[in-house]
Amino acid sequence: MGILSLMLAIPAIAAILCVFSGDRLARFVALGATLVNFILGLLLWARFEVGGAQWQFVERADIFGRFQYALGIDGIALMLILLSVFLMPLCILASWQAVKKQVGLFMAMFLLMETIVIGVFAAQDLILFYIFFEAALIPMYFIIGIWGGDNRKYAAFKFFLYTLLGSVLMLIAIIAMIHSAGTSDITVLLNHDFPKDMQFWLWLAFFASLAVKMPMFPVHTWLPDAHVQAPTAGSMILAGVLLKMGSYGFIRFLMPMFPDASADLMWLVFILSMIAVVYTSLVAFVQSDMKKLIAYSSVAHMAIVTAGLFAFNQQGLEGAMIIMLSHGVVSAALFFCVGVIYDRLHTREINRYGGLAQNMPAYAVFFLLFTMASIGLPGTSGFVGEFLSLLGVYEASSIVALICATGIILGAAYMLYLYRRVVFGDLTKDDVKAMTDLNAREWAIMVPLAAVALWMGIYPENFLAPIRDDVAAVVERLAEAKPAGDAQLAMPQVNLETATAQIAAPVQGAE
Amino acid sequence: MSDLFLVMPEIILAVGAMVTLMIGTFLGDRRVGAYQISALVTLAAAISAVAAVYGTNATAFSGTIGIDNFGNFAKYLIYGASFVCIMIAPRFFKAEMRGEYPVLIVLAALGMGIMVASRDMMTLYIGLELNSLAAYVLASFMRSDDRSSEAGLKYFVLGALASGMLLYGVSLLYGFTGSTQFADIGAALSSDISIGEIFGLIFVLSGLAFKISAVPFHMWTPDVYEGAPTPVTTFFASAPKVAAMALMTRVAIDAMGPAMGAWQQIVIFLALASIILGAVGAIGQKNIKRLLAYSSINNVGFMLIGLATGTQAGVEAILFYLLVYVVTTLGAFLVVLQLTDSDGNRVESIPALAGLSERRPGLAAALAVFLFSLAGIPPLFGFWPKFLVFEAAVNAGLVPLAVAGIAASVIGAFYYIAVIKTMYFDDKSDVEITGQGSVMDNAMLTASALWLSVIGYVFIPVLGVATASAAAVLF
Repeated sequence: MGILSLMLAIPAIAAILCVFSGDRLARFVALGATLVNFILGLLLWARFEVGGAQWQFVERADIFGRFQYALGIDGIALMLILLSVFLMPLCILASWQAVKKQVGLFMAMFLLMETIVIGVFAAQDLILFYIFFEAALIPMYFIIGIWGGDNRKYAAFKFFLYTLLGSVLMLIAIIAMIHSAGTSDITVLLNHDFPKDMQFWLWLAFFASLAVKMPMFPVHTWLPDAHVQAPTAGSMILAGVLLKMGSYGFIRFLMPMFPDASADLMWLVFILSMIAVVYTSLVAFVQSDMKKLIAYSSVAHMAIVTAGLFAFNQQGLEGAMIIMLSHGVVSAALFFCVGVIYDRLHTREINRYGGLAQNMPAYAVFFLLFTMASIGLPGTSGFVGEFLSLLGVYEASSIVALICATGIILGAAYMLYLYRRVVFGDLTKDDVKAMTDLNAREWAIMVPLAAVALWMGIYPENFLAPIRDDVAAVVERLAEAKPAGDAQLAMPQVNLETATAQIAAPVQGAE
Repeated sequence: MSDLFLVMPEIILAVGAMVTLMIGTFLGDRRVGAYQISALVTLAAAISAVAAVYGTNATAFSGTIGIDNFGNFAKYLIYGASFVCIMIAPRFFKAEMRGEYPVLIVLAALGMGIMVASRDMMTLYIGLELNSLAAYVLASFMRSDDRSSEAGLKYFVLGALASGMLLYGVSLLYGFTGSTQFADIGAALSSDISIGEIFGLIFVLSGLAFKISAVPFHMWTPDVYEGAPTPVTTFFASAPKVAAMALMTRVAIDAMGPAMGAWQQIVIFLALASIILGAVGAIGQKNIKRLLAYSSINNVGFMLIGLATGTQAGVEAILFYLLVYVVTTLGAFLVVLQLTDSDGNRVESIPALAGLSERRPGLAAALAVFLFSLAGIPPLFGFWPKFLVFEAAVNAGLVPLAVAGIAASVIGAFYYIAVIKTMYFDDKSDVEITGQGSVMDNAMLTASALWLSVIGYVFIPVLGVATASAAAVLF
């Protein structure tokens, strides 16, 4: 049994144990299993040969007949699996006291979720991938629906049906791909050239599914509802890992498998990304609910990811990958920050807080760090990703880069505005005064998150090195299809001298 | 091999039914154990007799009966489902349990065995009527219950109408092709198709569509499912569905295969209408049995997509679908059978299930598995037959049909997850569900739920070979 199979099996077995054990035991079983998986994840990272074979830790077993139980990871999958196993124990800790009813079932759902997300990133067979991809709906449906807020049923339904409708179209595309290529092996399909007309339809079907998962404008509306209603740990995992399944789909399937269609339709992605960055940032600005604000900021960040991916160059793709990782850590941390004060005051209304810097200094420091990381301050993880992807986008199209950069400015505005209202100001309200600073358990969650956010910001090479070759492979695959010279959306090329001459000419004539 | 050996399963059933009837008559209706065992032994013997002839491909009685893997695969399912339906009955009927129940089930199973083995319109009709007559009586089995009598009457009137349509179609086909045997009809249809033949074909298909309760011939289904006693509903939803679907497939491919251009559009319409109406109609339902009735209509629609392809892959998908559907349906009804309140009253209303996840976590989890599986959400095994059906459709070039079908399946998912919402998210209802199942019931429930969760995928290679060899018979 390979290490990846072990990582799939441990949470699944622990999930079954959790269902049958009491509340207290279930918490420890879940924490233990996720920690073991985290250690296995680190082992995976340590043993991963940078610059070695593209697919490592490959396992294949022909037990399903029609499709293979095929696992294997490249650098991209490795990083996303690491993100998942890193966040999972923190999520379990975050819900240690917040979840009071049906604890065993809650822990079981989280553990199943861990199996599923690792499966999504490690699957090397298209059908296996789809099974994991869709399966993620079920535990999340329960997590939102059972342990969520007041409007949880509506949010759970919306989440389930919205994402299901997107995914089923992808299933038809997958069937058509298997029929056309004669295999469901992802490693083979990555180098299979589908006919150009077919690519167009396949691309649209995949896009429908991935754009909902991502989520992209205009199909992002399920996300704020789901986030607001989900319990803290649910939001952390939703923002941290589930959204990454969408962008992983882009980089793994959509772009390398349908390069021509990707090039033809890059304008669509750019336009949707530009709208999303500006529009959702503005929407985030006026939210009065903290979780909703962070949810909209997630949509904006994901839009920069899509723009970076569709820059079709090394910097853009690497930047997008780093934003994915950074956003996974930072948004999970921000949702946890909301969770900390929600546990104390049981409201997410921004205006109910204020002046927390005085009675919760440690909390204020961590919240500030994650706010800055979300904005993209140099030295934090957000900066590296945003800088790289905007650099990549600028090479493809300066207008898109310009508009995406505006989004970052807006992002700074709404995040700082949020921070000011919650943490600064006078400590006037009595119930807010009574709030206590972080306890040991909350420290234990905050410190690893902060450490990773800083590590990724100060020395990103550790995270970039494993993905470099795989990103290069995708870029190479796109190279033939990429629009020649400047992108379709680029500013018309202006030669500075002739331009000056042209401007000067009529003036001279007027003299 | 002698003709009699080939129909040994059916002979066993016929004799066994008579023996069981005698036991019931002479030992009295109170000796439940005696006639239960007789009926179960009969079915078990029939299943092993099917196993004995499995793999042969022969015709018997001047070509009116065919013994082949296609029929045998269906017989396994039919006899197996009948077996389960006899086992679950005594706990439900209690004092009203009578010896006729297992006898009628065995007779219906015999009729269905003849249906799926028939290669001649006349054999087909005899099997169909034997099954239907037993089914009418079963539907009204609880004589003192108005709803049960109503269900029986409704089923009888509409069933007779469908049989009439079928017979009329058969007579037209006979008149225009000169034969009642499938092979001869197929040969006659392979040249030009006359208007009379098209009429005959449509009437035959309509009669069969009634039996599988495809839209627009579905109206009886919700009422009959709701009114009939739950073990009988379990039976209706499982075995006869298999028989009628297998029969329709055989008639469509074997007898009418050459005229596929004439019926493909009809089947496509039936498929899409069933999927959409089965999904939309279920949304407002408050009774779990009615909901499962609409769910069966919806699932029949997906099977018909497989038929609409007219390819071997499509037929394989239908057979696979039938197997998974039967297991899921039996499981779901096993749950419904356990839903009784503290006074022993039956609980069928969906709102009363609120809070079931805390009162009976195991039962709620099992029902959730069955419903997610019916909705076709992976990783539950109900996804796989849906995948096969859509794969067959895409490979046969019916991409728009596949897209429409899969989009409609999202509507279906809505009402399945609505029931799960009631069980898991809603506050506890006033109805205290205390019913318990027997050890056997719970064992079957657990086994089907586990098989449908992820274990089923391991069986794909084995089942793939079985369905492929069964489907190959028709091509």
